[in-house]
Amino acid sequence: MTRKQEIVSDVVIKFAGDSGDGMQLTGSQFTNNTALLGIDLATFPDFPAEIRAPQGTIPGVSGYQLRFSSKPVFTPGDACDVLVAMNAAALKTNLRQLKKGGKVIANTDGFDAKNLRLANFPEGVNPLEDGSLDNYELIKMDVTKMTREALKEFTMGMKEKDRAKNMFVLGFLYWMYNRDMSSTISFLKEKFGKKDDILNSNIKALQAGYNYGDTTETFTTTYKVEKAKMEPGSYRSIMGNQAIAYGLIAASQKSGLPLFLGSYPITPASDILHDLARYKHFGVRTFQAEDEIAAIASAIGASYGGALGVTTTSGPGLALKAEAMGLAVMLEIPLVICNVQRGGPSTGLPTKTEQSDLLQAYYGRNGECPMPVVAASTPSDCFDTVFEAARISVQHMTPVICLTDGYIANGAEPWKFPQSSDLPEIKVSFKKDLDEGEEVFQPYKRDEKYVRPWAVPGTPGLENRIGGLEKQDITGNVSYDPDNHQHMVKIRQAKVDKIADYIPEQKLDSGPAKGKILVIGWGSTYGAIKSAVEELQAQGHAVSHVHIRYLRPFPKNLGEIIRNFEKILVPEINNGQLVKILRDIYLVDAKGYNKIMGIPITKTELVEHIKKML
Amino acid sequence: MTDTALAPLTAKDFQTDQEVRWCPGCGDYSILAQVQKVMPTIGVPRENIVFISGIGCSSRFPYYMNTYGMHSIHGRATAIASGLKASRPELSIWIVTGDGDGLSIGGNHTIHILRRNFDVNILLFNNQIYGLTKGQYSPTSEEHKITKSTPFGSIDHPFNPLALARGADATFIARTMDRDPKHLQTMLARANKHKGASFLEIYQNCNIFNDGTFEIFTEKATKSEEVLFLEHGQPLIFGASRDKGIRLDGFTPVIANLNDGYSANDMWVHDEHDMYKAQILTRMFDDPFTAGHLPRPFGVFYETSRPCYEEVMAQQIDDAKAKKPADLDKLLRGNEVWTIN
Repeated sequence: MTRKQEIVSDVVIKFAGDSGDGMQLTGSQFTNNTALLGIDLATFPDFPAEIRAPQGTIPGVSGYQLRFSSKPVFTPGDACDVLVAMNAAALKTNLRQLKKGGKVIANTDGFDAKNLRLANFPEGVNPLEDGSLDNYELIKMDVTKMTREALKEFTMGMKEKDRAKNMFVLGFLYWMYNRDMSSTISFLKEKFGKKDDILNSNIKALQAGYNYGDTTETFTTTYKVEKAKMEPGSYRSIMGNQAIAYGLIAASQKSGLPLFLGSYPITPASDILHDLARYKHFGVRTFQAEDEIAAIASAIGASYGGALGVTTTSGPGLALKAEAMGLAVMLEIPLVICNVQRGGPSTGLPTKTEQSDLLQAYYGRNGECPMPVVAASTPSDCFDTVFEAARISVQHMTPVICLTDGYIANGAEPWKFPQSSDLPEIKVSFKKDLDEGEEVFQPYKRDEKYVRPWAVPGTPGLENRIGGLEKQDITGNVSYDPDNHQHMVKIRQAKVDKIADYIPEQKLDSGPAKGKILVIGWGSTYGAIKSAVEELQAQGHAVSHVHIRYLRPFPKNLGEIIRNFEKILVPEINNGQLVKILRDIYLVDAKGYNKIMGIPITKTELVEHIKKML
Repeated sequence: MTDTALAPLTAKDFQTDQEVRWCPGCGDYSILAQVQKVMPTIGVPRENIVFISGIGCSSRFPYYMNTYGMHSIHGRATAIASGLKASRPELSIWIVTGDGDGLSIGGNHTIHILRRNFDVNILLFNNQIYGLTKGQYSPTSEEHKITKSTPFGSIDHPFNPLALARGADATFIARTMDRDPKHLQTMLARANKHKGASFLEIYQNCNIFNDGTFEIFTEKATKSEEVLFLEHGQPLIFGASRDKGIRLDGFTPVIANLNDGYSANDMWVHDEHDMYKAQILTRMFDDPFTAGHLPRPFGVFYETSRPCYEEVMAQQIDDAKAKKPADLDKLLRGNEVWTIN
């Protein structure tokens, strides 16, 4: 049989099924396989808050979107070319994201009467049969039946056999995209090495899916995506939460401070705790505390003792930590607080993404309580951003908030990982002795950065008492003196402002230095803004893009950049937070573009919006 | 062997230049004095001693101790101490807390530090009232208590702190009082000696908002009839003429009169390592103003040995380091790498 191989440049696949169908695993396996070929990619996992929502229902649908391309990729894509629908609910939830003419790969077994009813299709309506998918290329396969058939020689129960369905689908897609399957086979061997039956059944199902594509005459075309033109170097795939864990370990190694993480499980931040708990050989101490407050308090304790103290959380947890952050500000000791933002308020949308904690990070504490804030823009940028958070924290004796969000925390992208020798040393020095002429230790005597010394318990002669009550400048003694309080409020602010001298200047991400519109973003909107702005630039528009990592204090030249543009647009996945701060600080008539739907902003909508402003 | 050239430290070396600001007559003064007396005897260099407190009258304590110290936020001293001890196991950490700080706002952290068994010393100053906020009832205040926030009498049932600590599997629980300096010193030394979380409840008089609440246990006239001092291996005997004892009737402690046909041999002999009996001792918590009530025990109720959190944590790290080098490049590289030329 002759088969056609078509070269395509850009593909978006959405794997969707019941949360028990193993779609996250299928997606991440296809992702790794893609990455190893040097194809650029971005992913967007999208799963329900319930571990196992009722099977077959719409709330139970779990999805994994992967975009891969021979050209540089900055977002997981606005719409899909291929939708894998393991059941009726998965089709119903995701069909509107499928491009006209796109492929639907449907598991017919997931479209029986029961599944159709659970997905709220009217009695007697089956979208696979009624022509409603005529605008798409429909590929129907009874995955369940074929998987069972492939595994008929295995003695395991039917339920266990059905668990390998996702491997059948993965095998089929590997065939469709001309892939070698060895990366997944090695993965399965590592995962199920000791459980022969499970290992072999999964491999068998994977091969059966591949062979099904290969031998069935209905499928005439396979596709190939060429390597992307990426900067030369060694790459790996990385997810945001993983990059936070690595960045913290790197900061610990480069500063010589042992890493201590105090954390309480919370979606979508828990993976940082899971990851760091594995790296005991780096001397990492992880402490799963009894609650969010104990998590940050324990990190403060560790930091007081001379460790790199870190706590990780998401929005509701950050709210609980507020008082303790104030203590760290008052004690003027290092602490890194990672907040993986999610939809709020309250419990909100735990598994959905949002950028709505910026104002909380800025202002969410009692009293005048300034803290530096940095934000990561992509999964791999989490590494550099948290490394910077740690550097600022230990060199400026201040707690620092590092913001990411669910989208980049769980999203993956290729990462041109650094060599440890490329990473800068983080210089830290503990105070060891009294200064000349210092009779008793003065814990709040400051250097030229307004930074006080870090004297840790165990240092003879520097015994001192610190605490949350207002301090007298220099001596650190409790003071209710009115002038002193005013002075201390001002100096704590000045200390944070001074950090602007020790961070890089803001650079334009793209576009002219002077122009009509400047799009200012922060965090996970990076890919969408970059893609939209570059598209408009290609059309000849004077649109530029600035993406801010250092949100407090801002880089010193940000105001100058802003003044070179007629209009300022600030797209955010919130109700307008950075835009408020920019208007406050720079007295600029910045406008917001705000999407608060728990999902990322797309390139397409942004292009349309900016065009209206031109 | 060489004698150290430095003169041994004294209580004075543990005083600071800060003016002590508790109300005149407060029980905290006595506790501070006893702690300062005990510190030179525990064999720990001063720079390795850390006092951590939360919020409340008792929590001013670290300012008056010439050691490392942190006056933190309400209820969280235990959590801060946990992180410090986990990362610096060699430090001698003393947590100073009160009935409000440690059992109300910080109650959660208290039970968790006990079950984890960090090697720290928790001094719970119990005065059965909120002093710093000027006189509201606390989680140890008795029922029906009239306070500023309970003008019709408190309807809260109070905690029994030692029963709570025992319930959280504390490895050392003891009770003492501000007005008995000797006993207080002994208990501080015992708490220090115990490896694991030591929970020492100190009855402390708040002479402003709850004056005399423990008078019946602390004043000469009543003390010997109302207080049962526990001593390991000794029968439970009390009374001005040491003529009363406690014996067990099944699981129920009852008072027996030694002039009434009983001898000391018939009495319950205290065993600090007996968990079941410790449970009964903590429940000897009768209202001392009801007829036929049992005396209130003071001393070490229970002590046992269990691995300390920070030790096991350090062990896991040492084991992991022995197995695998800390190779940052290997970590960053991961298992699946591709190269673009």
